[in-house]
Amino acid sequence: MANSTVREIGNEPKSRKMNLLQAINSGLDIAMATDQRVLCLGEDIGHFGGVFRATSNLQTKYGRDRCFNTPLTEQGIAGFAIGLAAQGSVPVAEIQFADYIFPAFDQIVNEAAKFRYRSGDEFNCGGMTIRTPYGGGIDGGLYHSQSPEAYFCHTPGLKVVIPSNAYQAKGLLLSAIRDPDPVIFFEPKAIYRASVGEVPEGDYEIPLGVAEVVQQGTDITLLGWGAQMAQIIKAAELAVDEGISCEVIDLCSLLPWDRDCVAQSVTKTGRLLISHEAPLTGGYAGEIAASIQQHCFLSLEAPISRVTGLDTPFPLIHEKHYLPDHLKIFESIVATCNY
Amino acid sequence: MKIAPNVTPAKRPPEFQDGSSIRLPSLQILNQDGSVAAGANMPDLPRDQARKIYSDMLYIRLLDERMQNAQRQGRLSFYMTCTGEEASVAGTIAAFGAQDMVMAQYREQLALRYRGFTTAQFMNQLFGNIEDLGKGRMMPVHYGSRELNIMTISSPLATQIPQAAGYAYGQKLKGKDACTLCYFGEGAASEGDFHAGLNMAAVLNCPVVFVVRNNGYAISTPCSEQFATDGIAPRGLGYGIKTIRVDGNDILAVYAASVEARRIAIQEQRPVLIETISYRLGAHSTSDDPSGYRSKDEEQIWRDKDPIQRMKNWMIAQRWWDETSDSDLQQSYRTEILAELKLAEQRDKPPLGDLITDVYKSVPSHLLEQFQALEAHIAKYPDHYSV
Ligand SMILES: Cc1ncc(C[n+]2csc(CCOP(=O)(O)OP(=O)(O)O)c2C)c(N)n1
Repeated sequence: MANSTVREIGNEPKSRKMNLLQAINSGLDIAMATDQRVLCLGEDIGHFGGVFRATSNLQTKYGRDRCFNTPLTEQGIAGFAIGLAAQGSVPVAEIQFADYIFPAFDQIVNEAAKFRYRSGDEFNCGGMTIRTPYGGGIDGGLYHSQSPEAYFCHTPGLKVVIPSNAYQAKGLLLSAIRDPDPVIFFEPKAIYRASVGEVPEGDYEIPLGVAEVVQQGTDITLLGWGAQMAQIIKAAELAVDEGISCEVIDLCSLLPWDRDCVAQSVTKTGRLLISHEAPLTGGYAGEIAASIQQHCFLSLEAPISRVTGLDTPFPLIHEKHYLPDHLKIFESIVATCNY
Repeated sequence: MKIAPNVTPAKRPPEFQDGSSIRLPSLQILNQDGSVAAGANMPDLPRDQARKIYSDMLYIRLLDERMQNAQRQGRLSFYMTCTGEEASVAGTIAAFGAQDMVMAQYREQLALRYRGFTTAQFMNQLFGNIEDLGKGRMMPVHYGSRELNIMTISSPLATQIPQAAGYAYGQKLKGKDACTLCYFGEGAASEGDFHAGLNMAAVLNCPVVFVVRNNGYAISTPCSEQFATDGIAPRGLGYGIKTIRVDGNDILAVYAASVEARRIAIQEQRPVLIETISYRLGAHSTSDDPSGYRSKDEEQIWRDKDPIQRMKNWMIAQRWWDETSDSDLQQSYRTEILAELKLAEQRDKPPLGDLITDVYKSVPSHLLEQFQALEAHIAKYPDHYSV
């Protein structure tokens, strides 16, 4: 997991096993401890600690002024956070489920994203971070499963970050909170508890905009983010038996994204597969594919493959069929390599 | 009709108002022991309808208990009870006609029961099986029925509020003797859609009755952290909507207010807001544990105000009901519920083809292509994808 670009702050060598949720909680704790300006707000995040308990104990530790429940209004939460950030605070707002971020769409897309540009940098709301659990895998159906990252990646002025494990979650969250631009931080809730790893107890940041090469390989590059990484890694293992060597890249930051890292890999392997849970049409894989095709055209030996959800709302009973699982990715690896 | 702000000169020095002088009373008719409060105006509620209301409340209490247990046993993924709030929904729905549209939040299973949603229909939705009207697409408790004029529940909160105004406006244009009944929680009333919906309903004179179930909590968030006003009712006044607050555990008060609310909506062609004061006795859902945010003592205060017990006390005092009938009815409901549960959980799941229908009226070619690829893939790994 060690990432050479990680910046350790202070020399705190201690680490312990944490799941992704505990890592988020630890990241928030450190952000609040190291910067008085950091505040947490959102529905049920106060005393209760949020419906997933990501903000557990923060109200007790930092007081109601700095960690508080809001009324049930996402547009209010986003607008309030923008105001706080404009005033110099560093708000970390939770939207209870990414499926419920849409009432806040106007505040995020028209306001947060354009605050700096439209004022000629007279004003900005760069201190704000929006955290929100996204993705399927919990029997959540239409409205507790969506992956809306592409809507936000289509918005200049925002940064979009998605960790895939506990270690990344803490390091990327600390970077997101301290980043001078507004960041949407999507948390893969399906692996909130299942993803467990060694996480430093102290302060560290993982830089935004930098992808992580999870596994070196020579025949095909597999690219994804968030919970999808587990499926991709499983598929890469299946491919070994077919004599296919996969290079696996975790994008980590979707906007801006590490094109150089991906392009370098594809130049080497000659093939690219991108996988996300969101529907195919207008999904972020399309953007990556277009860009990589332009930069690596002469290296490509097969069309870039996209393994994604179907172009339907997120289903319930047929969730398993809908999701781009390791078998679908594996089949697509084989097809791409045999093209 | 007022068309401009009142500009009558006010006294000097400037005097600000915060509305705290407005204390809306809460309509109450029944005491907890079933006696009628002194001076109360009794609604006209015939014996048979009273019995139906009572029976439906009892049924839903038992259904909720059973399905909550089924979830604990791992037979069901999720459930939401309406325990403690039965009268708020039973008393409102009973005052409306079958032609009136219902747009609810998710804790209004009583409205479905009252309109005739069968035990099998509840179960089919809860288990998302082949007979579920919603084709197994929505989480448990997201019921809906075109036949019963009950719009399918949507999870994103408060979205139904402006929709209800629009639906009612459509009813008005068609000259129908019908209105729309729209339910939501006091938490959902913080959403922008609430404000948009109430204002539009008022400005466009829509025959819609809004029922806000003020049950004290939105998941863990108590009312005191939800709004700084005296409940939700004052907001109705702010939008120029006829508004009443009722004791939501008092079936007669809720019913009396609702009969009048429907009359206003239909005859005066304008919106009404009813705030029912009650308490969510159970957890928010099976994913929630209220011990993290409220005390058992607080819950007990409301357990003692049980709306079903209150109606039963009244019915028995009227000699419209007795304990033997009560336990017989409970027994027959329990038997029926358990039998239908077993049948529903064994029914097949909806066919895979349902994955791609109803996205649009007809399936577009690109989606059909995706589906064919999926079928070919599943054919290769049939065991992995069997449900
Ligand atoms: C737009 C939106 N935001 C958040 C949620 C998550 N959520 C589901 S129910 C709920 C609380 C609703 O409380 P209230 O409206 O008071 O109704 P009650 O559950 O008390 O009946 C929340 C926050 C949601 N479903 N939709």
